[in-house]
Amino acid sequence: MNKNIDSDFLALPLATVSDAAITTAQGAGASHVDVRIERTRTGLLSLRDAKPETQSDETIAGLGVRVIVNGAWGFASSPEISIDVARKLALTAVAMAKTSKPLSTELVSLVTEPVYANQLWVSEYEIDPFTISDSDKKDRLAQLSNELLKTEIVNHTSAHAMYVKEQKHYADSYGTSTTQQRVRMQTQIEAISIGAGGFESMRTLAQPAGFGWEWMGNKHWNWDAEIAELPTLLAEKVASPSVEPGRYDVLVHPSNLWLTIHESIGHATELDRAIGYEANYAGTSFATPDKLNTLKYGSSLMNVTGDRNTAHGLSTVGFDDEGVAAQQWDIIKDGVLVGYQLDRRIAARVNRDRSNGCAFADSPAHVPIQRMPNVSLAANPTGPTYDEMVSSMEDGIIIKGDKSWSIDMQRYNFQFTGQQFHRVKNGKIVGQLKDVAYQATTTDFWGSMKVVGGPSTYVLGGAFNCGKAQPGQIAAVSHGCPAAIFDKVNILNTVAEAGK
Amino acid sequence: MISAQDLIEKITSAATCDDCIVVVKDKTQANLRWAGSTLTTNGVIQERSVTVIAFVSVDGGMASGGLTRTDVKLADIPKLLEDAVTAAKAAGAAEDFAPLATNTSIGDWAAPHVPTGPEVFSTFAPALGDMFSRSVADSIELFGYAEHTHETTWIGSKGGLRLRKDTPVGRVEMTGKSHERTRSTWNGVETRDFKDVSVASIDAQIRQRLEWQGRKVDLPAGRYDTVLPSGSVADLFTYMMWVSAARDAFEGQSVFSKKGGGTRVGEKLSNVGLQFFSDPDYKQLPASNFVATAVSSPFSSVFDNGQPIKRVDWFKDGVLEALIQTRASASLTKLDFTPIGENAIMSVDGGAGRLEDLVKKVENGLLLTTFWYIRMVDPNSLLLTGLTRDGVYHVKGGEVVGATNNFRWNDSPVSALNRILHAGATEWTQPREWAGDMSNMATPPLVIKDFNMSTVSPGS
Repeated sequence: MNKNIDSDFLALPLATVSDAAITTAQGAGASHVDVRIERTRTGLLSLRDAKPETQSDETIAGLGVRVIVNGAWGFASSPEISIDVARKLALTAVAMAKTSKPLSTELVSLVTEPVYANQLWVSEYEIDPFTISDSDKKDRLAQLSNELLKTEIVNHTSAHAMYVKEQKHYADSYGTSTTQQRVRMQTQIEAISIGAGGFESMRTLAQPAGFGWEWMGNKHWNWDAEIAELPTLLAEKVASPSVEPGRYDVLVHPSNLWLTIHESIGHATELDRAIGYEANYAGTSFATPDKLNTLKYGSSLMNVTGDRNTAHGLSTVGFDDEGVAAQQWDIIKDGVLVGYQLDRRIAARVNRDRSNGCAFADSPAHVPIQRMPNVSLAANPTGPTYDEMVSSMEDGIIIKGDKSWSIDMQRYNFQFTGQQFHRVKNGKIVGQLKDVAYQATTTDFWGSMKVVGGPSTYVLGGAFNCGKAQPGQIAAVSHGCPAAIFDKVNILNTVAEAGK
Repeated sequence: MISAQDLIEKITSAATCDDCIVVVKDKTQANLRWAGSTLTTNGVIQERSVTVIAFVSVDGGMASGGLTRTDVKLADIPKLLEDAVTAAKAAGAAEDFAPLATNTSIGDWAAPHVPTGPEVFSTFAPALGDMFSRSVADSIELFGYAEHTHETTWIGSKGGLRLRKDTPVGRVEMTGKSHERTRSTWNGVETRDFKDVSVASIDAQIRQRLEWQGRKVDLPAGRYDTVLPSGSVADLFTYMMWVSAARDAFEGQSVFSKKGGGTRVGEKLSNVGLQFFSDPDYKQLPASNFVATAVSSPFSSVFDNGQPIKRVDWFKDGVLEALIQTRASASLTKLDFTPIGENAIMSVDGGAGRLEDLVKKVENGLLLTTFWYIRMVDPNSLLLTGLTRDGVYHVKGGEVVGATNNFRWNDSPVSALNRILHAGATEWTQPREWAGDMSNMATPPLVIKDFNMSTVSPGS
């Protein structure tokens, strides 16, 4: 396991630059100062029909200074990392806070957090993807694509790999100073079949996670096995009947359920949303603070936690972007809403004693805001295996893999599709369906969860591209979950929805 | 920090590969964000990106490889070039190869980037403060965002490209809520410099719409004749442009694929005289007249950097005329090279009047405020799903008779093109969901027949 932060990042004048910003801002009247020096490198490789189509290798680096002056925020950033620039940004941020004061009727305050001086933290990965040559990366994606292209059913392929290394130094006027390095990877390979009636596709179910290039071997995810079975599954889907709309029992596989958790629980339990901070953009939440400890979110089988310390979690850190140590806490217990996601400002706003460490900024040019931790549905410790769950279904549909997703601004009404839809009758899979979407209201859906799978069904899923805030920010986040069975879910036929 | 022009000269003169293109973007931004009628965040942002693209002859053709960095210093240049060449060799002969443009100059190359800053809000911010005060007095909560960005792009090459463009753009978004947040509405304004932003006008529209919500009418899911404001039209057809790559259509992977092979270019897809085009010379929405891209994709090619952009008619008189092309895809599809433009203008022959005038033409239907969370459900038909947001109004006998519930909708913009009942005048507009992606759109409000409101959404 790699446990070292890259020496060229540590060689930057991290302490002197952040000290210069803090001292200058304090001298100009700031009661709070925090500084981030960041460098994030993102690689993207896309192959179309096994040949390179898009290649990029982008590093975003810079310095962000945030202050509080007389209870008002100020923020300034620059791509230059130097003592002079740090001082200039500190003064600009203070000036911005003073200019903003007449428009700021709410006095900003932050809850306290123990001071963590000179902390280093590195995520759990083995191989830095940027140490692997572009040729080797391309060859691996091309090899997997070619396995698909040599079959009769697959006419085209699309393969994407994105790999990120994020390095972040944080320091604040309380004395906390942390330096961290995280690595994550996402790879998706899609097979496309063109027929007389249109085209059909199927994508790999592998999830993004906090791994390095080791993710592309077969140790953590069996790529070779998944690619080998994809053409058969796609052929079956192409030949499958269009679903008859109606209500069905649905076994939702973790490769699909993670996204439902993300949209209907993860975002709904962001406290900044719930009290209105995102009302103009990302939206609000039906799970308002007055419902804490009383809202029946779902069935009594439902236990959901938030955390920033799951191994290989995309939201996992040692410390958040406000210097708060990583934690785990309950969000939903036995089906009842019991917790929220907090940063230091929002925690103070609702009179909490401590933040649970959900502050994050996606670049030095953006302010830290409350972002989603890993939000995960607990497996039933004595729950059934996947095969036992299938066997228990008399008449239903299994949904695997995520595809289309949409939910309203209060996180009530959602609609999702998937990659694979398997018809189950009398405990047996009898073939696939196509044109399936499921639509529900959040509390109805989670209230209908009647079987939660055991630990053997648990998978860590997630996304690289969760959006929030203005200016827009992107965050990566994981959601662990078991398979689960839901009672009488509304299934739509997407062709019928199109009026055909 | 070294100037963009100097950096480009140093990199291109040091490059030993067949050709080398350098794209430098300097961006400055000031922003304000508010919630509950108080400021919540703000920022003064400076960003730079430097992309170095190496072009290298390899077995079978020409390869390209690129790297993008932030603060490039002179000492970094040799390694940057070496890494770009390595990336090119790793990629191998490029499928999107086309001869590179050379010896072309456009724009004021030598002029420095003119940064924007908080001073751009000098008249807007006090007016916003006044609106906050009035709203608090009247129990209205305001949530919103104002942003002004100026981005300067320089493209230089070893082969003599010296291109420059400037993109100043800003916007204001305002959500108003009242009556314990049971009423909600939204207004958005695009601007170049904030001098033309009338906070009083935004305030008046927010108040009018909140008042319209005094009477509530529950309506079931179903198909309704629906009045789409120009911003919703922009949201819907921005998505359509994102699936308009010619190669995808040619290879059978798009709503614009013809059954049996080829594309649907030449097919009449609208029931009205619909014009939809991009034009760098469109007066109200000036746009760049050359291709500028740091990476290749289905929509663009690094080999096309510096190629001229002229007016492209995507739809003319309701007929699909063009899809987004690189020169390589144009060769593949045997269609004209029609690169994606930086603006998009839609009009309907005979379309006139404002949103209010369209409402008068609807006997029984809906008037929307905005769409939200738009995603693709079925690429074969370009079936999209999404929600209505911040105010849906029941229209009867040509008048708004009350506010109704929100809906989840499932419909296709391509199908909607063929169900246009009425159109208003084309106006510079702001999409809601894609406001951060598309700032250069002019569209008319439209009335679409039988828009599919699939289910009622309890969200408000």
